[in-house]
Amino acid sequence: MAANIIETNPQPFNPCNVDPVTLDILENALKNARIEMDATLIRTAMSPGIREQGDAFPLIADHNGKMVVGQFGSFIDGFLRQYDGDIEDGDVIWLSDPYSCEGAISHNNDWLILLPIFRDGRLIAWAAMFGHQTDVGGKVPGSLPTDAGSIFQEGVRIPPVKIFRKGEYQSDLVELVINQVRMPEWCRSDLNALIASCRMAERRVHEMCERFGDDIYVAATDELLARNHRAMSQLINTTVAEEKLSFTDYLCDDGRGYGPYKIHCTMWREGNKVILDFDGTDPQSASSINFYLNENMFKMFFGIYMIMVFDPQIMFNDGFYDLVDVRIPQGSLLKPKFPAALSCRTHGLGRIFDILGGLLGQRQPEFLNAAGFSSSPHLMFSGFDRNDEWFQLFQIGFGGVPGRPFGDGPDGHSMWPGFTNVPNEFLERYFPMRIERYETVPDSGGAGLNRGGNGINMVYHFTETGTISIHDDRWFTYPWGVNGGEPGMRSRKILKRKDGSEEILGAKIDEIDVHEGDELHYITWGGGGWGDPLDRDPELVATEVKQGLVTTEGARAYGVVISASGDVDRGATEALRAEMRGARGELPVFNHGRPIEDLRASCEVETGLPAPIQPRW
Amino acid sequence: MTYRLGVDVGGTFTDLLMINNDGGHTYRTKVPSTPHDPSEAVVSGAQALCDEHGVSPGDIDLFMHGTTVATNAVLEGKGARVGLVVTEGYRQVLQIARSFVPGGLAAWIVWPKPKPMAALECTVEAPERMAADGSVVRPLDEARLRENLQALKSEGIEALTICLINSYLNDAHERQVAAICAEEFPDLPISVSADILPEMQEYERTLTTVTNSAVRPIVARYVGNLQSELTNWGMTGKLNLLRSDGGLMSAEKSAAAPVNLLMSGPAGGVAGALWVAQQAGIDNLLTLDMGGTSTDVALIEKSEARLRRETSVGDLTVRASSLDIRTVGAGGGSIAHVPELTRALRVGPESAGAVPGPVAYGRGGELPTVTDANVVLGYLPEALLGGTFKLDRDGAKAAVQTVADGLGIGLMEAAAGIIDIVNENMFGALRLVSVQQGYDPRDFALMGFGGAGPLHANAVGKLMQSWPVVIPPSPGVLCAYGDATTRMRVETARSFNKRFDDTTNAEMAALLEDMGAQVKADLAAEGVPKDEISVTYEVDIRYQGQAFEVPLAADKEMFDSGTGIEDMRAAFDTEHERLFTFNLGAPHEFVNVRATALGKPANVSAEEIETGNGDPIGAKMRDHTVWMDGQEKAAVIYDRSKLRSGDRVMGPAIIIEMDSTTLVLDGHSADIDRFGNILINPVEGE
Repeated sequence: MAANIIETNPQPFNPCNVDPVTLDILENALKNARIEMDATLIRTAMSPGIREQGDAFPLIADHNGKMVVGQFGSFIDGFLRQYDGDIEDGDVIWLSDPYSCEGAISHNNDWLILLPIFRDGRLIAWAAMFGHQTDVGGKVPGSLPTDAGSIFQEGVRIPPVKIFRKGEYQSDLVELVINQVRMPEWCRSDLNALIASCRMAERRVHEMCERFGDDIYVAATDELLARNHRAMSQLINTTVAEEKLSFTDYLCDDGRGYGPYKIHCTMWREGNKVILDFDGTDPQSASSINFYLNENMFKMFFGIYMIMVFDPQIMFNDGFYDLVDVRIPQGSLLKPKFPAALSCRTHGLGRIFDILGGLLGQRQPEFLNAAGFSSSPHLMFSGFDRNDEWFQLFQIGFGGVPGRPFGDGPDGHSMWPGFTNVPNEFLERYFPMRIERYETVPDSGGAGLNRGGNGINMVYHFTETGTISIHDDRWFTYPWGVNGGEPGMRSRKILKRKDGSEEILGAKIDEIDVHEGDELHYITWGGGGWGDPLDRDPELVATEVKQGLVTTEGARAYGVVISASGDVDRGATEALRAEMRGARGELPVFNHGRPIEDLRASCEVETGLPAPIQPRW
Repeated sequence: MTYRLGVDVGGTFTDLLMINNDGGHTYRTKVPSTPHDPSEAVVSGAQALCDEHGVSPGDIDLFMHGTTVATNAVLEGKGARVGLVVTEGYRQVLQIARSFVPGGLAAWIVWPKPKPMAALECTVEAPERMAADGSVVRPLDEARLRENLQALKSEGIEALTICLINSYLNDAHERQVAAICAEEFPDLPISVSADILPEMQEYERTLTTVTNSAVRPIVARYVGNLQSELTNWGMTGKLNLLRSDGGLMSAEKSAAAPVNLLMSGPAGGVAGALWVAQQAGIDNLLTLDMGGTSTDVALIEKSEARLRRETSVGDLTVRASSLDIRTVGAGGGSIAHVPELTRALRVGPESAGAVPGPVAYGRGGELPTVTDANVVLGYLPEALLGGTFKLDRDGAKAAVQTVADGLGIGLMEAAAGIIDIVNENMFGALRLVSVQQGYDPRDFALMGFGGAGPLHANAVGKLMQSWPVVIPPSPGVLCAYGDATTRMRVETARSFNKRFDDTTNAEMAALLEDMGAQVKADLAAEGVPKDEISVTYEVDIRYQGQAFEVPLAADKEMFDSGTGIEDMRAAFDTEHERLFTFNLGAPHEFVNVRATALGKPANVSAEEIETGNGDPIGAKMRDHTVWMDGQEKAAVIYDRSKLRSGDRVMGPAIIIEMDSTTLVLDGHSADIDRFGNILINPVEGE
């Protein structure tokens, strides 16, 4: 089964040499086109998830489907392998079924538009963009049921279909899908925005071809891929060892009380090639935390991390793909079998980045980052307001960026590209709620020479009755510190009812009713610390105490004693630091807090929630 | 006889331009800037200019000034230490910001987070709360506020800012807090967010108001000094400053709301270009203001410069209207290099600046710059006009050769490559203000100015297909022209946030009436006679749920006569279709409403030059050779001051004047119009 691309012009592109200046000009033009795709999307989309938070990902690929610019890597070849049909000039593909594209998108909420760009009867490029829809139907508002047992509970699942067929818009198809969702106007608008954004790229590619010629354009994209291949090959040879390195991290629970789930990856080099092998990762979950990881997407993550850690100057694209071999066991958490539920994959997606960081930094601890806010916690709040109008909020939260070789991790910031928070005044204007507190949690960032960023405490005061869902993780395991840095604090959610009663909410729950006057304290986790906290400048610690980012008690983790006046007590600080240095052994590269069994034993006391049960397969 | 004086303070030179209000004769001069106190050069330059032409200071009725004092304070982190009062629970509003980390995936690894404009230890909370409908949730606890304010007393703050949640709907608590702060800190300037930016979005409102506070002491000091020195000198005319949006405001107003001055410098260039274009009968124009380290571009449509609702300086973006000027880090001093790993040719953003400068300047620069590439190609002749200053062409060649070696190509190819890349960067910036906003650059002329603009404008015009390419007279002092010719302006904005169905024409008319009266009174208070004030309105509209609003001009009469809402609906749909190629069935929503009061435009016309016979031979200086289109070509060098109206210069040619050099490419002709503008067009059939 493979797509059949119909080109009316059989003549192949002429291979030609591209002078370096033209190449650089085209590189820039492509980068600009990508930026324009984002700009178009944000201006015309409607759901706050896309328009305010930027949960959408563009790319421009060459005629073979290899990404030339973009950031989530090319998933086009996966689609082409699986699609059984013709693709011709004027067609635009729309899909949301992860199983139809080898996990190029990983849950039904992500709608993907694929636009083949034809010129004079030949396929010359692809534009693609996917964006997270606030709702695609299914059993709960937001379409991310924390306890789903199969993908059939997770809303409308769109196989690859032609939303434009030879230039003809298929409105019946759109109406069929829109009828399944709870927020039709947002979906319709966001879908339009995705298409408009790809059209923008299409226009730009045509302009480039007109200016330089089709053959030059194609040769230039080849050369841009080759340039990346050369740079990455050098980087891989100098930074990845032939000996095997492994790293393990966990997802805390699966929304049904089982956990933690292990993700394990081993990396080594054979000649020019890096192998990333997920053997040892736990089998798939019966619930919805499975993360269908596309191999090419993981190659891209790997490439970007290599580049950011070792040499941020390199422009990344798909050029280096054949230098990386990704192996994911069938039936595992990262390659579940159809029809496994996939909607709550965000935690796995995030955790993958901690794993990459942990793997790549092991040989060069000076490049190692701590564990951080490697997920995007969600809050859903929906219901009918007093005018009987349906409201539905999908909000992504943020927390502590980890301590870095570069410096402290920013407090309450996003690790996802382009994401921003939603202004609280906007939330209050359009949803029945008040945000009573919006601040970071002192001491939640792990202590270190470079402190981990603090998590956020966001207090929602509800002014109408509605239903909430929560998606979060790292409530059970700690965001680890590195090179002597301490772990960050874990997340927690407290619901304070109007009558004064209080309950601790689980990290992954649906269908909690709230009423006017109830308050939800949504507390995200902090980033791990980097380097020895006893080396941090005591004056800086004192300033952060004054700023409310660290408490007087928390300062002691840095061996710093703060006097009643708020200044550093020099003598006491020296004494405390000497005592702490004497009492501790050699500093570990990774500090995970405590072993899983200890965490389990003290879970209920510390978190207010029962310990997750070890899953059995 | 009265005069108006425009002064633009640049990094190296302060440009002054005096215009006779009667007849438009201009007098100009250039003096070295005095960065330790920019007002020194302003006053001494003005004195020199007046002395030279026998003008008494009392004859100057308007003194107009574009300044980068506020801009530099931000860029150099030299703003005042600002105290900030926020709603309880929001102390970290600037620390958390929008949680945004710029760059792509994993960019957080290397992102340097800028420090908040108001230090967190200088931020305190006010116990109070307004709701999103403007009602009071909790009244202000004055006693606890006073208690909290004590913490600021030992912090050495120089200005105070108040920004409370939902104050854009009800500012009562902000006013209360301001009154208490004035008692507790009687000597500090206090900026209140409801005055500076009464709009939704707490982070942007706080940041904008804090920025206002941060630059306030330094601007107030500067404006105060300047005013008193001018008064001592005997000038009785009014001192006005150029706002980021291209309008003028009084010295007093600038001292209170200096956040509106952040783009004052570049706005002068656009205002100057606008005036020159109007005189020359050109309505649609793109501007290319290229200096040593950066280039500013903007779009003027139907003789109106495009505005945007924010101002960006370095990492900082605040919500204050500014001309939609985009800046790229590409200028004459931009350094060309070839990174080892990718073997790509990169130009900028690193710049050789004024010191050490390009290699060709012989001041110790060793790295190849754009200017050096221009010298190598022969576009900048070795001996510049009238000067003893000689460019070091051999040095420039040696430096550009390193780039050629890195790329494995010839010297001339490398030099041409550097120029192509830098032109491409400017092309990219111009696309942002044109194509990306839905404008077709072929409908626009392109004006090149600033020190290096005239060298690159022809090539950029060719990329854009924007004709003619216009090089105004004295392209190096165009900002001062803008300062001298623009008009007084006051603007106010309010969040409105109502669906079309939830409001009426009568409600809209009343709102516009109210806002119009407010700006009119403000401008009158700045000394503009009431009968000279005109008021315009603008509304931001979107489909409900969108994040992006389309700003549209609104006419109060339309609402008075009951058709306004339907007219706006049609206008919005047309504009949305033009921008994004589709319309939606979703309800329309008003978002913000703005009213602008404008003073009378300057009634000065440009001076005309002598008419010639079409043949530029009288201006010819000598023959010359340039490298163009991959080969050596014969060119002619002309002296601009000797060109006459109606003369036609054929490319390749180089036209030289005191502060600038214009390059005319092969296949193009340059016509001199009656105001002395050079108009470059492609020659038919080429």
